Amino acid sequence: MQRNIRLLKDRGVKRISGILLGLSFLMILVIVVGLCVKSEPLFEQQSLIEVLLGTVWSPLKGYFGFLPFIIGTISVTLIALIIAVPLCVSASVYLVEYASARVRQVVLPLVNILAAIPPVLYGVWGILFVVPLIGDYLAPVFGVSTTGYSILAGGVVLAVMVFPIMVSIMVEVLKTIPQDLRAVSLSLGATRLETVQHVLLRKAKPGIVAAIVLAISRAFGETIAVLMVCGNIPQLPQSLFDAGYPLPALIANNFGEMMSIPLYDSALMFAALLLLVIILGFNVVSRGILKRMEEINQ
Amino acid sequence: MPTGQPHIQIKDLNVIIEGKPILKNINLEVPNNSITSIIGPSGCGKTTLLKTLNRLVDDSADVQVTGSVLVNGEDIYAPDAEVTHIRKKMGLLSQRPFPLPMSIFDNIAYGPKIHGVRDRKKLHAIVERQLKNVGLWQEVKDRLDASATKLSIGQQQRLCLARGLAVEPEIILGDESTSALDPISTQVIEDLLVQLKQDYTIVLVTHILRQARRVSDYIVFLCDGEVVEFGPSQDVLLNPQHEITKQYVKGFIS
Amino acid sequence: MSAIKRRLRKEKIARACMLTAAIIITGSLFFIIGTIVWKGMPYLSLEMLTQTPQGGFYIGKEGGILNAILGSVYLASLSTLLATVIGVPICIFLNVYVKKGSPLSRFSKLLFDVLFGVPSIVYGAIAFSIMVWLGIRASLLGGVITITLLTIPIVVRTLDELIQTVPNDLRHITASLGATRWEGAKVLLKYVKPGLMTAILLAFGRAIGDVAGVLLTTGFSDNIPIYLDEPTATLPLAIFFQLSSPIPEVQGRAYASALILTIIILLIVICTQYLASKQKKNRI
Repeated sequence: MQRNIRLLKDRGVKRISGILLGLSFLMILVIVVGLCVKSEPLFEQQSLIEVLLGTVWSPLKGYFGFLPFIIGTISVTLIALIIAVPLCVSASVYLVEYASARVRQVVLPLVNILAAIPPVLYGVWGILFVVPLIGDYLAPVFGVSTTGYSILAGGVVLAVMVFPIMVSIMVEVLKTIPQDLRAVSLSLGATRLETVQHVLLRKAKPGIVAAIVLAISRAFGETIAVLMVCGNIPQLPQSLFDAGYPLPALIANNFGEMMSIPLYDSALMFAALLLLVIILGFNVVSRGILKRMEEINQ
Repeated sequence: MPTGQPHIQIKDLNVIIEGKPILKNINLEVPNNSITSIIGPSGCGKTTLLKTLNRLVDDSADVQVTGSVLVNGEDIYAPDAEVTHIRKKMGLLSQRPFPLPMSIFDNIAYGPKIHGVRDRKKLHAIVERQLKNVGLWQEVKDRLDASATKLSIGQQQRLCLARGLAVEPEIILGDESTSALDPISTQVIEDLLVQLKQDYTIVLVTHILRQARRVSDYIVFLCDGEVVEFGPSQDVLLNPQHEITKQYVKGFIS
Repeated sequence: MSAIKRRLRKEKIARACMLTAAIIITGSLFFIIGTIVWKGMPYLSLEMLTQTPQGGFYIGKEGGILNAILGSVYLASLSTLLATVIGVPICIFLNVYVKKGSPLSRFSKLLFDVLFGVPSIVYGAIAFSIMVWLGIRASLLGGVITITLLTIPIVVRTLDELIQTVPNDLRHITASLGATRWEGAKVLLKYVKPGLMTAILLAFGRAIGDVAGVLLTTGFSDNIPIYLDEPTATLPLAIFFQLSSPIPEVQGRAYASALILTIIILLIVICTQYLASKQKKNRI
């Protein structure tokens, strides 16, 4: 009897937790199917190519060209990567190869704090520091007059935001490289730098790529911080100092009023779907690379 | 249970893990109230054989078990077999001591508690008896509420043994139970096992030939998933029938 | 200059560059926090912490940010609670009831990895659509739904990663003592307790800092919410909305909110680091 109750309890927990898992599967399905169904009306009048490559965004007239937003997202992300990748690779190499264990113990938790800071605070910092720096000091050097709210500002803020994710993965990846490999290269008379260049970075390349891909997927979805500093004008940015309008910002800014304009909600849902698909793709790729690296090194 | 019937009978047992046959056609009757050691080169399936006995082996995915293992005449691989009940009959002493994340007292009381003993006095009696059983009582009686991780490795392993005994099993399974211990603690555990065989049927996996010689009454020599030899220790060690056993015993294969 | 000297000089320069990169990255943290403290400190007062905005959050010069502080605490606590109640059983199911390495467990883990990466604006957009469909207006409830969806993957993934590090021995021992899988799971949870707390705190931190998700679903209000169906202010929203105001006092409320949010996040981080060290000690 006693045993039966215990077995019943066990089975009960199994059922409940199984149902919860099932519900989360269902949630994914609802998300994907919901977004597809909702964005479908948009394609009754325009083809996918027209939507993706159209440059005119005029909801009232029924023009929904996504190119400015796609370019906005891509350019902000690219700027962020150009800033963050070299910095993160060198910092990670420094932390793993040169710095003492003590320094690592201090720096890595600090990087974790950086990861915990909410996007909106990055946005505040961007407005208080990055935007004026660009508007008042950097742009005049190039003879450009701007408020500072620009894709460059978005890129800088985003770069700082992806520091932690890149550094923590790169440090992990570099740490998994066997010590013997370093010893071999060093004993052949290579300097530390040469060992890093020719042996470590080559070996760590897939991991570094994975870190970058993961950072891209984070950057693509980042909404608020970028929205706060990059101007939000639906145009194709011509220079670093032009304002841009990334996809997530489009959703965030217009969701409230979309109901009154026909097809607007459909277009915004399509934006969300687009974002989701791109990010899922990047995520799966980077996890795949990291997993394979882990298996090879074990 | 008719007297004389072996606690453990293995019939035509085959285990395939991830498509690879790990155990092939095992037929074995483990003698009661004695210590049977499973020896053999590494990777021969010793631990797998031990884990098939209490169904820990089919805990991971992609494992196929065919044949039967009878415990007191009951096939534990029968489709309607109830695993929890089967496992209770077998105490497991694993490679490294692994105290549960609770106090010394609760480590031992855990088993009886889940099986329905609620009375504090009874629990205390069980804990005291089992700790005395493994010779740990004098060392820990004043700090039963301390965390079990505070004990030395040797003490922890004895605690783990006492924890297993507290659910009143009939069989003790040891998976290289002394491999993490120093020689003195090893000696203590070995002596305990020899004492315990009066009341329990004991199956050990060991890779130390001398240990098998010291403690066991019977030896199973396993090679490449097959039982090569099985018999009283003296016979297997001093007078092996097969060439490969001879080589192993002499130390040519390890 | 000899070849060897050139190589060593190159090494020196490279090393200096790498050090600079490390300093820039670490320094950015202090820079961001410093900026917020410097801007927020002057506005921090008892009045700020204990009053709601007077005369409208966007134009009124008087009052504080109590509405946002309480709103944030309500929202984050409720969603973290829900996410824990839903996420922990899922994690137990995947690690205790499903065999290790089975297709279901592998697929589910990939799924939660993916869900983890979905940006909060997408969750917000979806939750908003569902709310419109169900006829729920922007409210605390809407925010709680969104943020719960957002935090479930955090709880599941963090806890799962932790359970991966627990040796199989633990499961084998409870099993061999005749424990059912659920009884085994309880011991497992006890074993990872500090880590579970870390997972919950991480989820709380994410919940209290999120804007994109609540922007569409929570609305904004000068009042402290009493019921679930009332629009609610949160600290990140208070920052986001009030920062763009032309009135310095209103901007001040945004800076003060930013400072409070920073302090909360720092406290959470300190707790997680402490718990992480405790979990390490639990290991043998």
